Amino acid sequence: MTQHLTSNAVLLESVSCTFGTPTKTVKAVDNVSLEIKEGEFFSLLGPSGSGKTTCLRLIGGFERPSSGSIRLFGTDASRLPPFLRELNTVFQDYALFPHMTVAENVAYALMVRGVNKTERTKRALEMLESVKLGGFGSRRPAQLSGGQRQRVALARALVNRPRILLLDEPLGALDLKLREEMQIELKALQRELGITFIYVTHDQGEALSMSDRVAVFNHGKIEQLDAPKVLYDAPKTEFVARFVGSANILDGALIGQAGLFALRPENIQVMPLQSASKLQGELIDIHFLGAQTRLEVQVGSTRIAALQSGETPLQRGQQVSLIWQDSHLRQLEVRA
Amino acid sequence: MTGVIQRFSSLLHGRPWLALLLLLIPPLLWMGIIYIGSLLNLLIYSFYSLDDFTGQVKYEPTLSTLQQLFTSSSNVDIVQRTVFMSIAVTVACAVIAFPIAYFMAFHTKGNSKAFWILLVLLPLWSSYLVRVYAWKLLLAKEGIISWFFDTLGIRFVLDWILTLPVIGGFSLSSSYLGMFLVFVYVWLPYMILPIQASLERVPKSLLQASSDLGAKPNQTFWKILLPLTVPGIAAGSIFTFSLTLGDYIIPGVVGAPGFFIGQMVYTQQGTAGNIPLAAAFSLVPIVIIGLYLAFAKKLGAFDAL
Repeated sequence: MTQHLTSNAVLLESVSCTFGTPTKTVKAVDNVSLEIKEGEFFSLLGPSGSGKTTCLRLIGGFERPSSGSIRLFGTDASRLPPFLRELNTVFQDYALFPHMTVAENVAYALMVRGVNKTERTKRALEMLESVKLGGFGSRRPAQLSGGQRQRVALARALVNRPRILLLDEPLGALDLKLREEMQIELKALQRELGITFIYVTHDQGEALSMSDRVAVFNHGKIEQLDAPKVLYDAPKTEFVARFVGSANILDGALIGQAGLFALRPENIQVMPLQSASKLQGELIDIHFLGAQTRLEVQVGSTRIAALQSGETPLQRGQQVSLIWQDSHLRQLEVRA
Repeated sequence: MTGVIQRFSSLLHGRPWLALLLLLIPPLLWMGIIYIGSLLNLLIYSFYSLDDFTGQVKYEPTLSTLQQLFTSSSNVDIVQRTVFMSIAVTVACAVIAFPIAYFMAFHTKGNSKAFWILLVLLPLWSSYLVRVYAWKLLLAKEGIISWFFDTLGIRFVLDWILTLPVIGGFSLSSSYLGMFLVFVYVWLPYMILPIQASLERVPKSLLQASSDLGAKPNQTFWKILLPLTVPGIAAGSIFTFSLTLGDYIIPGVVGAPGFFIGQMVYTQQGTAGNIPLAAAFSLVPIVIIGLYLAFAKKLGAFDAL
């Protein structure tokens, strides 16, 4: 962690959010409690429909909690409209105002607060300069590429120096290379500004590489909230084990233990058949991935994947042994 | 037979312009010859004049007919009266339609949206004439509106309104105020629907972004929502404005005496047989709408299209 974290930027206490028609209701967020520290890079990770975006929208004030309370910097904000909250949002579709120039977009937050024109234009142009879009101020959003629009949205959200920045899948619409560049830039920006970033994504790689802590969402609830390394090394549930990285889920009966276990593919060694092995099976598929090779082994009715560096001397159809260290085996909570 | 069809479709294949041309020939003929052609023919008539002595059209180019629009004070009155009424009706329609369109665009969906659109369109299912004559009864001295004011014991308010100059009169049905009410009622759907369509196209995230950036609701309305719906308002106002400019039924049924442009065109080309003057009058709405469009474009009303 880069700095001393003192107070809570965001505190959610037993927050639920229900949507629905008279005939059918959906609990988008179900009794979620979490605290986000000041200056933290915090990610909400989950598949679509898991409640992560609704959770962000609750913090931003675009949805109201059906129950529970939301505190921002210690004060209750559950019923506060967005324009009274000390935070800004980078929207998934960027939400740039099409009838304004790029500079007018960036200056909007200053304009509605009555900052005079000279001052706000100066600050908007500085902000554009800092996201490497100096000289684009007089263009319209429609004349920019996706990556440029994303930067404008970022500049617009940061121009009023918010204490919290919410980012709703901001890189989702960009191609892979640009996305990786922006991940590094966003992380650097957050360190430089020292403000709280709350980041929604369905991309586990993105969440792991950028965040101080990650909350994994599923069915409106938090499955696990931990630092990225802990999430990866010690997933608590089958869902987390499968969603964060890939994992083999083993029934304890297979290895002579009780319960359910997760084992990462890179922690399994596949060897020619030998007596000291934990499990034996048939090598049914070999995928060459470049730096690594992925081996699929059929053990009874279970298919187990293993990752090895480099190529393998083994042949498809061969009987093989699987070997791992017990410290890599993670027992999972079994949920009803 | 199939051979012919196949040869025809392979002829079209790879020649999209040919298919387009075949599809466009009927509408092009319609628009070009029957519509624009006859319109131009009509307008040419405004450069002819009527021989006062024989009552026949003199086919010699002259500006004298068009001059009558400006020189005869009764003609000037007619143009002024019609234009002022059109402006008033358009402004009132826009003000009334916007909240309704806003409600439909942002607070209804699926079946409830269909229901509201149906409610807006429902009046158009019955004859325009029936509705106008119905309004004559509603607005009459003994009509339901007077009765309503009587029942509430505020008859004096209605009487006071009717004593006002210009808009007042003997009863609502014989005043410009009454005519204004009927115009607003009849053209309102033509304003609601374009505004609703343009509101639907405004992404909700823009309004949320505005609020997120600290704009109070009234700022979001004036800075974001209204500028983005100007094309819809412009489209609706072209409908209400031009429909009022050209209407000749409502001014004849409801309201104070005094001709409107539409009635003038109707009378001049019919009983009076003065087609050149009728053509000159029908030029007025075209010119005004043209100026209005140029003005709206200059203000940037269509930039967001």
